[in-house]
This record gives sequence, C-alpha cells and structure tokens, in this order.
Amino acid sequence: MDGERKSDLQSRRRFVRLFGAVAGGLAASGRAAAAKEPVATHAPSNVPPSVPQWMKEQGAPVGASAYGAPSPFEKNVVRLARTAGLDTSGVSFTPLQHLTGIITPNGLHFERHHAGVPAVDPAQHRLMIHGLVKRPLLLTMDDIVRFPSVSRIHFIECSGNTIGWNGGDPKWTVQESHGLLSCCEWTGVPLATILDEVGLEKSASWILAEGADAAGLARSIPLEKALDDAVLVYAQNGERLRPEQGYPLRLLLPGFEGNTNIKWLRRLKVGDQPFETREETSKYTDLMADGTARQFTFVMEAKSVITFPSAGHLLKQKGFYEISGLAWSGHGRIRRVDVSVDGGKTWREANLQTPILPKCLTRFRLPWSWQGEPALLQSRAVDETGYVQPTRSALVDVRGMNSGYHFNGIQTWNVKQDGTVSNAI
Amino acid sequence: MRFDFAALIVMTVGCWFGAYHADAADQPRRYGLGRAPTAAEIAAWDIDIRADGKGLPPGKGSVDEGAAIFGRSCVGCHGEGGQGGPMDRLVGGAGSLATAHPIRTVGSYWPYATTLYDYIRRAMPYDAPQSLSPNEVYAVVAYLLHLNGIVPAHAVLDAKALPQIVMPNRNGFITRDPRPDVTEK
Repeated sequence: MDGERKSDLQSRRRFVRLFGAVAGGLAASGRAAAAKEPVATHAPSNVPPSVPQWMKEQGAPVGASAYGAPSPFEKNVVRLARTAGLDTSGVSFTPLQHLTGIITPNGLHFERHHAGVPAVDPAQHRLMIHGLVKRPLLLTMDDIVRFPSVSRIHFIECSGNTIGWNGGDPKWTVQESHGLLSCCEWTGVPLATILDEVGLEKSASWILAEGADAAGLARSIPLEKALDDAVLVYAQNGERLRPEQGYPLRLLLPGFEGNTNIKWLRRLKVGDQPFETREETSKYTDLMADGTARQFTFVMEAKSVITFPSAGHLLKQKGFYEISGLAWSGHGRIRRVDVSVDGGKTWREANLQTPILPKCLTRFRLPWSWQGEPALLQSRAVDETGYVQPTRSALVDVRGMNSGYHFNGIQTWNVKQDGTVSNAI
Repeated sequence: MRFDFAALIVMTVGCWFGAYHADAADQPRRYGLGRAPTAAEIAAWDIDIRADGKGLPPGKGSVDEGAAIFGRSCVGCHGEGGQGGPMDRLVGGAGSLATAHPIRTVGSYWPYATTLYDYIRRAMPYDAPQSLSPNEVYAVVAYLLHLNGIVPAHAVLDAKALPQIVMPNRNGFITRDPRPDVTEK
C-alpha cells in the first residue's frame, strides 16, 4: 500500500513537473472535471485549435515507473474503506461506477478483513492438510505451484453486499451499495487434485479452511463443493495474489459467499461434520422474522445492478446514453437481463457482452434516449437455472427485515429532470 | 520415491503398441510433492474445537478467574459486563430474535458453547491472539456464560463440562439452505 501510494505520488510529481500548472489544476479537479464539461482554467489551452502541450515535448522516461500506476487524472477511482470500531476490521468497496467490462483491477478488488492484512512471507507460508485423510501433507508455496494449475474468471461477492438494503442513504453510490463485489481471473490448483493426493477417508464430508490472519478465520466447506470447482489460488489477473486478497494463497469457492473463500490459507482439516465456527454460527447466518436463522446459505443468488447511470452520475444533456451494468449468479451463467426505465412497469431485454461465463460477472448494455423525463432505472437478472432476480418486497415478504446477508433484490436508481441520479432506497 | 504400477502399466502397454499418449504417461497417480507433517507440527496447528468438544485441551477455568481476565483484556472493546463497546455486545438479548430489533449475543444467539472456546483461543484478545493459556480461555468462557445466566457463579469449566452446556438458541438454526425461496414470474 505504502509503495503504491509512494509510486503514485512520485509519478504525480513527475507529471506536475512536466506539465506545470495545467496538469496540477486538472489533476486537482480529477473526476469532477471528467463528470462535468471540461473547463480550461489555465493557459495555454490544449484543445483545438491549440496544439496540445504534450505534443511539444518529450513525455516521461521509459520505465520511469517500474510498476505502473493509473493516470493521475484517475486518482479518484479508488476503494472506499468503512470500518466499525477497529481499523483492522471492516470493508473497502470496489468503485463499480468507474469500471468497465467485467475484470476488477487488482488494486481495486473489494476487501473484507476481520483482523487486518497480514504480511505473510511466502517462503515461510505452509498449507497443512490433515484430519480424515490417508496421507497428511505439508506444502510450501514452491510445492503448490508445481501442481497442475487452472485459470478461471469468477466473481467474489461478500454475503453482506448491499447490506444497506434495510436502511440505506439516497446519496450512496453503486460503490457503497454493491461494491463488495469484484471479478478476477484466478489461477491455482484445483482442490480436488490435492484431496486426491492426500486420499480422503470414507467418512469425510466437511473441510475446515483456516486463514493465517490474526482472526484465524475459519469456515466449514462441504466436501461436495471442495471436489466440484474449488481452487487453491495463488494468482489473480496474471500476477501473484495481492496481500488484500490472501497472498500468497487463498481458497476460491466459485459462487459461494465471499468469507468462505478463506484468504492466507494455512490449513485444511477434513472432518465428518461442520466445525461450527464463530463465523458460521454467530456471524454470516441469516435471521428470519420468526427468530430462526438460516445457516450454511453459501450460494450468492442471481443479482444485477446498473453501474451507469447510477447514484452520483449527472446526465448533463438530453439525448443518447448507453445504460450499462453487471449481472452475476453463483448458480452458473446469466441467461438474460431486463432493464426498466419506469420503475419496473415495462422491461426491455439488454444486450449481453460476451464472454458469458459461469459464476462470473456479465456486462450488459442497453441504448437509451433520455428526453429529460424523471426515470426509475432497474435491472433484473435471470440465470441459467431460470431463477429471476426478485424485487426487494418479494424478498422481505419471505425473509423479513432482519436477514441482513444475501440481499439480491432489484436496485432502483432515481433520475430526476435535472439529470441528477440518486439511490431510490 | 513411490513405485507407481499404473504408470508402469500405461507405459508398458503403450510401448507394446508402439506409441502411447504422452500426457497419460507424464501424469502420475500421485505427484509426490510436499512432505508429511510430524505429529508435533499437526498438534501445534490443530487448534479448532468441534461442537461436541473434540479438540478441547486439558485445563480448567472459573467464572471469577474469567472476570479478572475480562477486566484486563476484553473490557476495552466489549464494555463492562460484556454489554458492548466499540465491538460486539456479548450479553443479553434473550427473546429479541423475532422482534424488529434483534440483539445477537453469546447468550441469545450462539448455538454452541464450544465455539466460544474455539474463537477466543484463535482470535482473542484482539491485540494478542493465541496468547491466552488453556486455563485462561476456559475461565473467560465461563465468565461470559455466567454473564448470560447459562452457568452459575461458582462454575468451573473444563473439557468435560463445556460440551455438556446446552445453549439457549441451540435449536434456532436451519442448516439446510431453503433457497430459492422467492419465485418471480
């Protein structure tokens, strides 16, 4: 983090040095300038008929930044942290309103930490596999990366994503309402390969996965999932995992709620029953209106959200806009996304951007001509099982107001005549 | 190195027919990477406690001892008597789960007392996880259960007594996922 910030600062300084007051002024206004009409506040002008300053002199030296950073003009495209009580326990949200396509850049992947981000030395990291296995195993990172690997693109969504559904703020952007959601290409070793290597006892049915953070975060994973598509991941989007995503090793359970994808994975213990850890009893259970709670509700059901236009955006002029958003399902592929501009009275089918992969974000788009009328924008995902993303009220009817986690209701953005967009919750 | 009969058969049969599929021959039945952990290595890392108490270490702790440890190490986050501070409230909330303002505490919500031992041992106190001795963990567990009216003031907990405690919300969980529970047209 410090390194990133430092290199960002250095490149910004270099930029300011090169372009003087012009760059400084524009960088300071950042996203706000991009959102509104660009105004040249300093001479010389770089728009026609002027020849831009950056065509008249050499740019920054080749390789000036050994690990590249975004343009200084994109400095507002950052995660937003929120903690409660202690600064090492909390979340940071992915800025979905600023992202395109389906891949989340590594530095913008959402975070949920229970005891901060440990600084794990990969040379001293070990994965222990034991319990109901024929041959307990201790693996180094060097051992793990020698196993046959796979790369797969999957989303991870916190089960508490959209936690503000029963008490949000109209000002909340899609980052705050849906930003505990990210999607990467993950590379690692199928867990089934390792379980085959250690040999399961007949009675094996659950696996405890435990992290090497100061929470020793632990969840019980059904064996069926472990043998299906679970991956021991060591890389994301082409490079080794970021510390915030579990460097050097994490568990990936495609489509399962985020916290089960144990980061900094150090131990897998095979058992014949769930281990009933704190995270799967007192936390991450869904309280129903009658006072009972659902436990082991692993799968993140089909959900979608419009990322443009969304709260905080401003439609400056009437005319053409492309509505765009994301749809995903923990049960498989997205089959269809419908979009409404009138609060769900009428729906149009959106175009789905390929690739459409299972348990992965799918980008949808729909052309829209806005003539200055008030609009209520909604999207509704349908996955390959035929499941239709429900309305908020349909969810509340079944689950009451205390369920908290796993809210996948339809999101509404309120577009006013002046072009401002807010969260309709 | 292990002698792999399957690979030998594949190679032998393959050679008989003059050619064999390289991938099949190159992929062993087992990869043979890593090593077996020693019993001591497993014991040191095997910290989880199962719901039925399997994994609980020797040792014991009393409510009074727990109160003293709580006052030193826990009260800053969880408040006097576990009533909540910057972090979770641990006490009370009985009868609140089906109301508009549910209060989820050790007493009102947690289904297993053994989970308390597991969690405190692995993650608490927040500024020094895995620093408490088994006796100290038993004591803090006893104190928290006493604050919730689950064990008496003179209680002393150990590996035998702790798993026998039946928590008030023991049967409050539905472990089979009932979803999809909402059907839209």
